Amino acid sequence: MKAFTQHSGVVGPMDRANVDTDMIIPKQFLKSIKRSGFGPNLFDELRYLDEGQPGQDCSSRPVNKDFPLNNPRYEGASILLARKNFGCGSSREHAPWALEDYGFRAIIAPSYADIFYNNCFKNGLLPVILTEQQVDLLFKEMDASEGYQLTIDLVAQQVIRPNGESFNFDIDEFRKDCLVKGLDEIGLTLQSADAIKAYEKARAVNHPWVFGAIK
Amino acid sequence: MSGKTVYDKLWDSHLVKKNEDGSALIYIDRHILHEVTSPQAFEGLRMAGRKPWRLDTNVATPDHNISTDPAERAAGVAGIPDDTSRIQVQTLDDNCDHFGIKEFKMNEMGQGIVHVMGPELGATMPGFTVVCGDSHTATHGALACLAHGIGTSEVEHVLASQCLVTKKMKNMRVTVNGDLGAGVTPKDVVLAIIAEIGTAGGNGHAIEFAGSVFRDMSIEGRMTVCNMAIEAGARVGLVAVDEKTIDYCKGRQFMPSGEMFEKAAEYWRTLVSDSDAVFDSEVRIDGTTIAPQVSWGTSPEMVVPVTADIPKAEDQTDEVKQKGVERALEYMGLEGGTPITSVYVDRVFIGSCTNSRIEDMRAAAAVVKGHTVSSSVKQALVVPGSQMVKEQAEAEGLDKIFTEAGLDWREPGCSMCLAMNADKLGAGEHCASTSNRNFEGRQGNGGRTHLMSPEMAAAAAIAGHIVDVRTFTGDQS
Repeated sequence: MKAFTQHSGVVGPMDRANVDTDMIIPKQFLKSIKRSGFGPNLFDELRYLDEGQPGQDCSSRPVNKDFPLNNPRYEGASILLARKNFGCGSSREHAPWALEDYGFRAIIAPSYADIFYNNCFKNGLLPVILTEQQVDLLFKEMDASEGYQLTIDLVAQQVIRPNGESFNFDIDEFRKDCLVKGLDEIGLTLQSADAIKAYEKARAVNHPWVFGAIK
Repeated sequence: MSGKTVYDKLWDSHLVKKNEDGSALIYIDRHILHEVTSPQAFEGLRMAGRKPWRLDTNVATPDHNISTDPAERAAGVAGIPDDTSRIQVQTLDDNCDHFGIKEFKMNEMGQGIVHVMGPELGATMPGFTVVCGDSHTATHGALACLAHGIGTSEVEHVLASQCLVTKKMKNMRVTVNGDLGAGVTPKDVVLAIIAEIGTAGGNGHAIEFAGSVFRDMSIEGRMTVCNMAIEAGARVGLVAVDEKTIDYCKGRQFMPSGEMFEKAAEYWRTLVSDSDAVFDSEVRIDGTTIAPQVSWGTSPEMVVPVTADIPKAEDQTDEVKQKGVERALEYMGLEGGTPITSVYVDRVFIGSCTNSRIEDMRAAAAVVKGHTVSSSVKQALVVPGSQMVKEQAEAEGLDKIFTEAGLDWREPGCSMCLAMNADKLGAGEHCASTSNRNFEGRQGNGGRTHLMSPEMAAAAAIAGHIVDVRTFTGDQS
């Protein structure tokens, strides 16, 4: 997995609460058996005026000029500024895949849906949690200044504003460690293979109906 | 020390290892796979040169993108006209064959929507940890399982190690007491709960549904409720074991039998929250006050009783809510302050992992029996949740009742719940739907979803508009 230590980049907005994963990447694109290539269809129904189809060349599609991320001032945005309960709904990991493929490395929001939050970490995408007031302030600063950039330092757990002031954020130690080091979580778990086998052995004795039914 | 909740007990009994950083390794008893969220996980396994940790914990079936049209289904996987869909279904077949995972293939008896199939085959047993690359996995919590959705990376993780690295959630109890009124169903109960606590109300929590309403409810009804826990933000929803749970399990294909069943049942009966267990948060709802519910907006919390008006933006308390209501009304093409029963429907969908079990089929059939679908309704789909539900419904003659009334009787799959196949809404079309999400575009680009119970959707099909099933006479108006 791609490591994340520190990142500076242009901030782009998604100014509504409860953005669901259907909105982030609509269902027709979930038919792909690949992990990549979802970027052009990120926020597809909001971003374009027509209905997108998988495998289509998006460069010639009619663009919704009112969708903020289509505004040239947010071109190259790599930090998404969002509202509460971002990523609710379906468990599709295609949502973080699409955000990452578009070029986002981090999201800043007051809260996330649990499954989406979890999925981000598996893909080197950092979901930062700040308070609603802090997020409000960042929205105001971004609106006021074209090319607005932030720096996110995961090691120090800080979001650093252009004026040098910073907001601290909390994050699970395990998740931080995996992301900072770009660790292979499966490899890490398999280091506990003996503990897993011991658990299975005990379980097979205590709850013998658990194993063997499905052949 | 205080007692344990069902969730605490499930957590403790699946703990393989606690890590110093507060995370834990949790053992997964049952992993259910489908075509949409598994291909990249299998690919990951292959690229890393790994194999499934074990095989007898996994079961797979295609459900999300397959056609429900009988003629198309009869043509088999090779006959799926859409290339990307065919490749995805074929990839699941190939991966299961290659790795030796038990799969119920597209037209095989046993196939069905993952959350219908698991319990009905007995692949889901009380006390299990159950995961699937699908957010509605909480459905299995109706059998007192710790069941939740996972992403594709975790699908790969579970395949490779039979474990997940996770942190313990908080405990929430939603208690609903009192007798439900006539025409009020499990779907109405869960929609009322979501309306009360909001779509993020359960974030970070495992919800236990407790109280007389759930005790009185059938196991299938409990599945409908647990299914939508995620719509309240909770990955996990569950109901404690009682004798209904034990009875439900008896005789199912993968369940133990004889003495082994009795031994298992003895353990299952311990899966109730201790009387002195402490919940991090408690919600209480009076079941006698719940009316049939209908969603009017684009989030599952945007729900009103069928007797109510669609809310107005200006009546909202804060600015964010006002904006949300305004945007939702605009998308839905509705005006605040008008009765929800004034909404005409273009299509009707009875199905999905929320409401496609045999009891749902029976309930919908009872409403449409002897009536005719309104001429203003373009399509009314009934999609059974599994091959077994389909077979049972046909044995009871329910398919005939539906088709005689003018509804389409389809093959099992997820269908118009997420519109990955040809079953979808056109832009601007309103749909009376028994599914679980009314997000923008969920049932088709520009489509407008109204969530409700099977009885209410069936009544809407006949009336041509949203109607209170309690006063529904079958007259078209």
